[in-house]
Amino acid sequence: MDIDGSQARMAAFLRDHQDKIVGRWSELVVAGVRGRTSVIEARRELEDIYSLVVTVMSDPGEQARVELRAVLAEFSQSRARGGFTPSETAVGLFSLKEAVYEQIADVAELMLEFLAFSRLIDDLGLYTFESYTAARERIITDQATSMLELSTPVVRLWDGIIAVPLVGTLDSARTQLVMEKLLETLVATGADHAVLDITGVPTVDTEVAQHLLKTVNAARLLGAECTVSGIRPQVAQTIVSLGIEFGDIATKATLADALAHALARAGLKVGPA
Amino acid sequence: MERVPILKIGSTLFVSIQIDLQDETVIRLQEDLAEELVKTHATGVIIDITAVEIVDSFIGRMLTMIGSISRLFDAETVLVGMRPAVAITLTELGLSLRGVRTALNAEKGLQLLNGSS
Repeated sequence: MDIDGSQARMAAFLRDHQDKIVGRWSELVVAGVRGRTSVIEARRELEDIYSLVVTVMSDPGEQARVELRAVLAEFSQSRARGGFTPSETAVGLFSLKEAVYEQIADVAELMLEFLAFSRLIDDLGLYTFESYTAARERIITDQATSMLELSTPVVRLWDGIIAVPLVGTLDSARTQLVMEKLLETLVATGADHAVLDITGVPTVDTEVAQHLLKTVNAARLLGAECTVSGIRPQVAQTIVSLGIEFGDIATKATLADALAHALARAGLKVGPA
Repeated sequence: MERVPILKIGSTLFVSIQIDLQDETVIRLQEDLAEELVKTHATGVIIDITAVEIVDSFIGRMLTMIGSISRLFDAETVLVGMRPAVAITLTELGLSLRGVRTALNAEKGLQLLNGSS
């Protein structure tokens, strides 16, 4: 009963001084992020959080807590997207303590309640930090996925000839994606020749070669022939010194050579008009 | 036990697998196909696996064996209509089906047989 009573007293105090506290809090937050948001804007955001904090103080039910957490999660997510640092986000909440302390300093009988209030804000601050990290993680995974999608185009060079220009390091995840896209395109377009261009692959080691061989073998199972093109002089040296064998897979220096080879295989010839 | 029908079209035997491949089904198909090759003197075999969604190493090896058996009767085997997922599985299993030719679809498979004969 006593705890409830003191909490209610604290809540009443906070409600009475709402204008002053939120005003000071907004100033502190804006100072903390070095003017990247305006006082009016910050105030609008913080007023919501403030009134929810007061509700949580006066009403021990779960409902208000859940609501407050949802609002805080949204607050930290928007901070993460806006490029604010973790401490700027956390300080945003912790500076509420400072704002309240300035008001409560003269009221000695509320000092104990202030401790409880301070603990609540600490909890919420940690929660903000957690949501901030979660939001950042999500942004990073989204970016990784879109990078993967961006980096594996399959283009049609000619009727029945498709090419896959590979740019960037070829790891297992990318090989899997390239293989899937290549095979699906082969089936969809009915192409029977594919060119794997590795001009943009910075280094070719045994692992990359293994991945290339896998892709070529899978395409062969569908009945399509593959050519590997874009082998640079340094890469050729590495391949030979590592003892990598491409077997009976045709390799060409440039994409143009590979296209000529594929056209010849299809019985086509490009000549002067 | 289910059986896979073997159709004769000209000098080609056409096998379209439209059921879930059990180990016994594949062995039975192997026997039927050998008998059929002797009877018809076919020069080519087309195995259509468009409807096959799952393969394992056993079935992969059986397909290679069908190819070897056919070659003993001087018939060429073409595997047509493999799904991308199946191709990836076979590659991951390390099976490249040596000795069996492949084509994207039945039409290209026939072209391949006619072109080589």
